[in-house]
Amino acid sequence: MGMTITEKILAAHAGRDVVRPGELISARIDIALGNDITAPLAIKEFEKIGVPVFDPERVVLVPDHFTPNKDIKAAEQAKLVREFAKKYALPYYYEIGRMGIEHCLLPEQGLVVPGDVVIGADSHTCTYGALGAFATGIGSTDLAAAMALGETWFKVPPSMKFIYQGELRPWVGGKDLILYTIGQIGVEGARYCAMEFTGPVISRLDMDGRFTMANMAVEAGAKNGIIPPDEITEAYVRGRARRPYRFYASDPDAAYAAVFTFDVSGLEPQVAFPYSPANVRPVSEARDVRIDQAVIGSCTNGRLADLRLAARVLAGRKVHPDVRLIVIPGTQEIYRQALAEGLIAIFIEAGAAVSTPTCGPCLGGHMGILAAGERAVATTNRNFVGRMGHPASEVYLANPAVAAASAVAGRIAHPEEVI
Amino acid sequence: MRFQGRAWKFGDNIDTDVIIPARYLNTTDPAELAAHCMEDADPSFARAVKPGDIIVAGANFGCGSSREHAPLAIKTAGVACVVARSFARIFYRNAFNIGLPILECPEAVDGIAAGDEVLVDAAAGLITNLNTGATFQAQPVPPFMQEIIAAGGLINYVKRRVGGGASYGDD
Repeated sequence: MGMTITEKILAAHAGRDVVRPGELISARIDIALGNDITAPLAIKEFEKIGVPVFDPERVVLVPDHFTPNKDIKAAEQAKLVREFAKKYALPYYYEIGRMGIEHCLLPEQGLVVPGDVVIGADSHTCTYGALGAFATGIGSTDLAAAMALGETWFKVPPSMKFIYQGELRPWVGGKDLILYTIGQIGVEGARYCAMEFTGPVISRLDMDGRFTMANMAVEAGAKNGIIPPDEITEAYVRGRARRPYRFYASDPDAAYAAVFTFDVSGLEPQVAFPYSPANVRPVSEARDVRIDQAVIGSCTNGRLADLRLAARVLAGRKVHPDVRLIVIPGTQEIYRQALAEGLIAIFIEAGAAVSTPTCGPCLGGHMGILAAGERAVATTNRNFVGRMGHPASEVYLANPAVAAASAVAGRIAHPEEVI
Repeated sequence: MRFQGRAWKFGDNIDTDVIIPARYLNTTDPAELAAHCMEDADPSFARAVKPGDIIVAGANFGCGSSREHAPLAIKTAGVACVVARSFARIFYRNAFNIGLPILECPEAVDGIAAGDEVLVDAAAGLITNLNTGATFQAQPVPPFMQEIIAAGGLINYVKRRVGGGASYGDD
C-alpha cells in the first residue's frame, strides 16, 4: 500500500521508509515558529531546559499579533521576544517596518519550502501546506521543546482527500472553496486528519488562493492542509527558497480515511455567518446583512491577489457612509507592490483606512475592534463569539471581493451588485 | 490523581477565544488569565468556580487558536479536570504539556448535569457522578502521554532527554 504526501514527508523527517496513520513518530523540524503572543510563554519554558536554541536559522520569531505594540503589556511581551532573538542571534526575527503577518511572510521570504516539516505556535501554521509542506500548529510548550531539540512528536494523521471539479465562476476563489468545504464537513469534520486538496480546480488555482485554502484547514479541525506541489508551486518558490526543497506526491494506491468530490461549477461566493466558520451560506442568502465594518487582510486573505481583487471592486467607488473599511496588506513587500500597482491609491480614494501589516482586528487585538451589536464582514478566518471585539458583535467571513463590495453597498453584497 | 468537585457544563465547539479572549493575551501571567477564564461563554465562571471543580463539555473542546493560555487559564482558575466528548488536537497536546488533566468520555458528558458532584480518578480514567451513582470509563490516555505526565510535564521530559539523548517514545 502506498503513502499519502503527508505520510511521505513525515516518514522522511522521521528517518523511516514508511509511516502509517496512528503511529507515534519523532520527526525532525525544518522551521519552528512563534509570535508575540505565543513566544513569550515558550521562552519562559525554554529557559527552564537550560540548552541553547538547536539551530538559530530554524527558529523564526515574528511579532505580528499586537504589533505595532498596542499597549504597555503588549510592548513588554514584544520586548521579551526581541531580547530572546538577540540573545541567540536569530537571523529570522522580524521587526515592524520589515515584517509581515507570519503566514504571509514565511513563504514570501522563502523560509518555508516544499517538503518541509514546520511547526508553529499559531494554529494557522497549516497555511504552508499550500507549498506541499507538512505544517501544523502547536502550543508554546511544544515550541519550547522543539527549539531545544530540533524535533517533536506527532501521531501520523489519517488523510482525507478533497477533489474539486468543474470551472469556478467569476469572483469565486480559494476562500469560497474552503468555506464551502468547512460548511460541508463541519468544524470538526477533519479533526486530527490531514486535508489533501486536489483536482483540476486546485491545479488551476494560484498560490495565493492555495494559501487561503490550506490556512483554514484548522477551522475544520485538521492537523494539516496540503496541496500537491506542481509547476505553480515551482514558479512561486524558485528564486525565493533559502534551502533546497523537494516535491512529494501521494501514491496512486495511498489510503484515505475519506474522499470527497465536489463539483464547484455553480458555486457562488460563500459567507460564513456567526458564530462558526461552518455556518456557511451562498452570498445571495446574505444580502440583508447590514454591516458597520469591513476588514480585508489577515494570514487568510492579505496577499497581493486578494488586494488586487478588492481593488477591482473598489476602483472609482466609495465606501458606504455607514461603513469603516480597513485594508491590511499581509507583508511590507505586499504593501510595496500594492503601492507600485496603484492599489493603495484606489483604497484610499475609496475611503478606506490602510494599515501596516498586523493580525490586529482578526483576533480582536487592535486596529478595528467592534462594539456591542456591530457587524463586520471580514476576509479573516474565524467568526467565534467576541473574535473581533465585544462578545455581542458579529463577524461574517467572506472573500476579498465580497468584502470590498459589501463595504460599498453597506450590506453584504456580491461584487456584481456594485460593479 | 483523584479529584472531586462540582460539574460546570458547556456545549460543543467551545473555542479558545471564549476560553480566554484575545483581548487578555497581552500577558502570560496565569492569575490574570484565570480571572477571565470562560468569560465569553459564561461571564460568572471565573468568580464562581471553586478549586477542584470540573468542566464537562461537548465535542471539539478547545478548538481554534493554539494559545496555551487557554488550558493555563482553566488550570489556574482551579479547575481540576476537563471531561469532554472530544478535544481539538492542539488543545489536547497543550493540556498534557502544562499538566491539566483531560479525559474523553461521551457517556460521562451525557450522564452528568450542571452542578452534579463528580469524582474523577484520572489515572484509571474512571468518572463517577456522585449524585446519581453512575460510573463512566473514559478513553485510555495514550502511553506516551502518560510518560509526559509521569515526568511532570513536557519540559521535565525534555530536560531528561537532553541529559540522556533518548528519542521521543523510546523510553
